[in-house]
Amino acid sequence: MSANARSDGAARTGRVEMRNIVKCFPGVRANSQVCFDIDPGEVHALLGENGAGKSTLMRQLYGMYQPDEGEILIDGRRLVFRSPADAIRAGIGMIHQHFMLVPTLTVAQNVALGQPSARAPLVDIKGVTERIETLAQEYGLKVDPRAYVWQLSVGEQQRVEILKALYRGAGLIILDEPTAVLTPQEVKDLFETLRRMVAEGHSLIFISHKLYEVMAISDRVTVLRDGKVIGTKLTREVTRDELVKMMVGREVKEVEARPLTPGPVRLRIRGLSAMGDRGTEALKDIDLDIRSGEIVGLAGVSGNGQRELAECLAGMRRPLAGTISAGGRDIGAASLNERVDAGMAYIPEERMRDGAIREFSVQENVFLHDRTKAPFARGIFLNFAKMRSHAAALVRDFSVKTASLDTPIKNLSGGNIQKLIMARELSRKPMVLVAAQPTRGVDIGATDYIHQRLLEQRESGTAILLVSEDLDEIRALSDRIAVMYEGRIIGIVERGEASVEQIGLMMAGVAMSDAMKG
Amino acid sequence: MKGLISLDVISGIIHTMIGLATPFLYAAIGETFAQSSGVVNLGVDGIMLLSAFAAFYVSLVSGSLALGLLAAAVVGLLMGLLMSLVSVTLKAEQGVSGIGLYMFGLGMSSLLFKVLIGTVKTIDGFKPLPIPFLSDIPVVGKMLFRTNILVYCAFLLVPLAWWVLNKTTLGLKIKAVGQAPAAADSLGISVNGIRYLSVCIGSVLAGIAGASLSISLLNLFQDNLTAGQGFIAVALVYFGGWSPVGVLGGALLFSIVNSFQLWMQVLGAKIPSNIAVMLPYLLTIVALTISVNRARQPAALNKPFERGES
Repeated sequence: MSANARSDGAARTGRVEMRNIVKCFPGVRANSQVCFDIDPGEVHALLGENGAGKSTLMRQLYGMYQPDEGEILIDGRRLVFRSPADAIRAGIGMIHQHFMLVPTLTVAQNVALGQPSARAPLVDIKGVTERIETLAQEYGLKVDPRAYVWQLSVGEQQRVEILKALYRGAGLIILDEPTAVLTPQEVKDLFETLRRMVAEGHSLIFISHKLYEVMAISDRVTVLRDGKVIGTKLTREVTRDELVKMMVGREVKEVEARPLTPGPVRLRIRGLSAMGDRGTEALKDIDLDIRSGEIVGLAGVSGNGQRELAECLAGMRRPLAGTISAGGRDIGAASLNERVDAGMAYIPEERMRDGAIREFSVQENVFLHDRTKAPFARGIFLNFAKMRSHAAALVRDFSVKTASLDTPIKNLSGGNIQKLIMARELSRKPMVLVAAQPTRGVDIGATDYIHQRLLEQRESGTAILLVSEDLDEIRALSDRIAVMYEGRIIGIVERGEASVEQIGLMMAGVAMSDAMKG
Repeated sequence: MKGLISLDVISGIIHTMIGLATPFLYAAIGETFAQSSGVVNLGVDGIMLLSAFAAFYVSLVSGSLALGLLAAAVVGLLMGLLMSLVSVTLKAEQGVSGIGLYMFGLGMSSLLFKVLIGTVKTIDGFKPLPIPFLSDIPVVGKMLFRTNILVYCAFLLVPLAWWVLNKTTLGLKIKAVGQAPAAADSLGISVNGIRYLSVCIGSVLAGIAGASLSISLLNLFQDNLTAGQGFIAVALVYFGGWSPVGVLGGALLFSIVNSFQLWMQVLGAKIPSNIAVMLPYLLTIVALTISVNRARQPAALNKPFERGES
C-alpha cells in the first residue's frame, strides 16, 4: 500500500536521534560532532547564523547528503538514508527554504509526483485531489489542487510543500526557514497549521534565525555556530538575549535611530510607472519624497514592485512615465554614470549579479564605477598605487574580512561582499542612497554593522530608500514606512504609527484607512 | 505551371508527405522525451545513420526486415546509453557530446558501409499494407491508407507519446526532472535514472527513424543517407514546443514543402533544383525564429544535475 493510504492523523515518527554527525565539504567542516534529537510531538528549533550548518545537518537527516561520520537512529534503530526516498519511507518530510516544486505542473501533480499511483501507470489525479482536499481541510491549508504552481503566491506554494509532506505520511517534518518569505499574516496562519500538526502527533524541526518565532513556537532549541552545537535548551528556560549570545558568540545590541529633523527633499519621485520583466505594468503612478537625513523603508511582499522601483532609481530600468529628481536635478533619463555624478548610490538586491563581478578581485570590485576618475585614472592610464591604497582603506574602515585585496570576491562570505559593496557606494559620499535588501543572507554580526552604517549615513544627511522584506529591519531603521502592493504605494506611515499587524494588512492589499482601524 | 496542380498531384503530394514525415516523427518524438527530461541529444542524426546502416545490412544479410528493425533499435539503445553516460553520469557539455555522437555515427556508418557492402545496393523494404475498407475510400484511401507499417506506427506514436507524457506517472516524472530536477530529487526520484530512460527512449526511436529511411522509404544505404534530417528533427522539437502534437505539426509542414518541391521537379516546373531543395530548410529556419515559445522549454534543459546546488 502506498503511504497515502495511512489512516488520517496517525502519522507518527518515533524518537529521532542524530549522533556525532560530521560532514565536510572541500575546505569547510560544515558539521562537527553534532548531536541532535527530537521526541515525538515536539517542536525543536534549530537556530544559527547563515553558514552555521543547519541546512547541512537537516539535509543529512533527509537523505540528501550522507554524513562522513556519525549515525542516525529512529527509536534506537540505526538507519542509513542513501536518498530522500529512504527518509520519506522512514516518515521524514522536509519543507525546503527554496521550494521544491515544479512550476509547470499543477498542485495535484506536484503532490502525486514520485508516489505510487492507485491507477498505475496513469496518474490518479482524482484520488490525489480528494486526498489533498481532506488534508487541506484537516490542517487548514487552503489551496486549489487544480491550480498550476506558477500561479500561486509564495504562501500558497509553501502550503503545497506541507501538503506534499503530509501526503507522504511524514510524522517528522523539517521546516527550513519557513517564515523567510511570508507576510506577518501568513506567518500567523503557518503557525496555526503547525500547532494543528503537533496536536495530531507530528514532530517538527523548525530552522530559523528569527528569535521571536523560535520563542513562540518551539519546545526546545538547539543553537549551532560554525558547525558545532553550542547548546540545547528548553525554550521556556532561556531568554532571547541568551540565544543571541549563543548564536553570534557575543552580545548584540539592537540598533536604535536617534530622532532627527529631516532636511530638504533630496529625492523626488512623481507619477512613476514602469514595466516589469513579464511585460506587465509593475509600477503604477508612484509618488514619493525622501528628505535629507531620512530613511524611508519600502515594505511589501516580494514581487509587488519594490525591485522595479529600486531599479528605476538606479537607472537599470527605463520608466514608462513620471519623473525622478535628485537634488532638484532631473535624472529620469540619465545614464548610470550621470546618476552617480548626481550623487546617487545603489546597493543592489542581487549583489552577485548587479553589484559585483564574481571573478574580479576585491580591489577591482571597488573600482567598478570610479576607474575613469581622478585620482585613480589619468587619461587612459590607471594609477594602481592610488587604487590600492583606497581599496585598502575601505577594506579596513568597513572591516571586510578578506585574505587579500587580490582575492576573487566570490571567495568572500555574503556579509563581507555586502560590506565591500556598501563601502564602495558610501565612499562617494552620496546624496541619495538606494539600499535594496542590504542584509538578505547576511549574518547577524554583519547585519548589525550594516545597520549602524546606514544610520550613520542618515545622520550625515543622506536621503535613504531602504527596500526590505524584513519588517523588523524596516521598523528598526525607518523614519517613514511606505508599503507597496501590486505596483502602488498603498500607504505611508510614520515611525511607530503602525503595528506589525497593521503593516502586514497593508502588505496584503488592505487599504491604509482600513488597516489602521484594526 | 498551369495544369500541373490536379487532384492526382495533390493526392500524390500528400502521399509523399506522409512517407517523408515518418523519420521526422520517430526522431523528433524521441527527442521530445530526451529534452523533456532536460537532455538535448544533438546526436540524433548520428544515431539515425548508424541505425539505418544496421537495419539495411541485417535485412540484406538475413533477409528479415524485422531483424533489421530490431538491429536498428539495438544500435539506437547502445548509442543512447553512450550519450547518457557521457552527458548525464559524466556531466559533459550536452551540445558537444551530441556532436561527438553524430560524428561517430556518420563516420562509423560510412566505414562499415565501405567494408561490409561496398557499393550502393537496394533491397525490398516494408511493403504497403492497405488497411481494409479505409484504403478503398476514393482519393483519401489512396492518399493515407496504402502505406507500410512503419509509417502507420509513426503516426500512432503521436497520441501514444502524448498519453505517456501527460497522463502517466512516468510522464510526470520526466517533466519534473526536466523542469525542476532538485524538486524531483527531493521526492526520491532518481533524476539521472529518468534521464537515462528518456534519452534511451529517444535514441531507440531515432534508431527506428534511421531504419524507416533505409528499409521503408528509400530501401538503400549510402554515405550520409540522412543528409541532416536528425538535426531537423531536433529543430522540430523546439518548433513543436516540446509537445508531440506540435512536433506532428512541424513534421507535416516540413514534409509537405519538401514533397511539393519534389513533385514540382518531377513535373518539370521551371524552378532551379538547388533552390527547390533548399526550400524546406529555409522554411524551418523561418518557422523556428517566429514560433519557438521559450516559456515551455524545460527549465533544466542542457543542465547536468548535481545534488545540493540551489
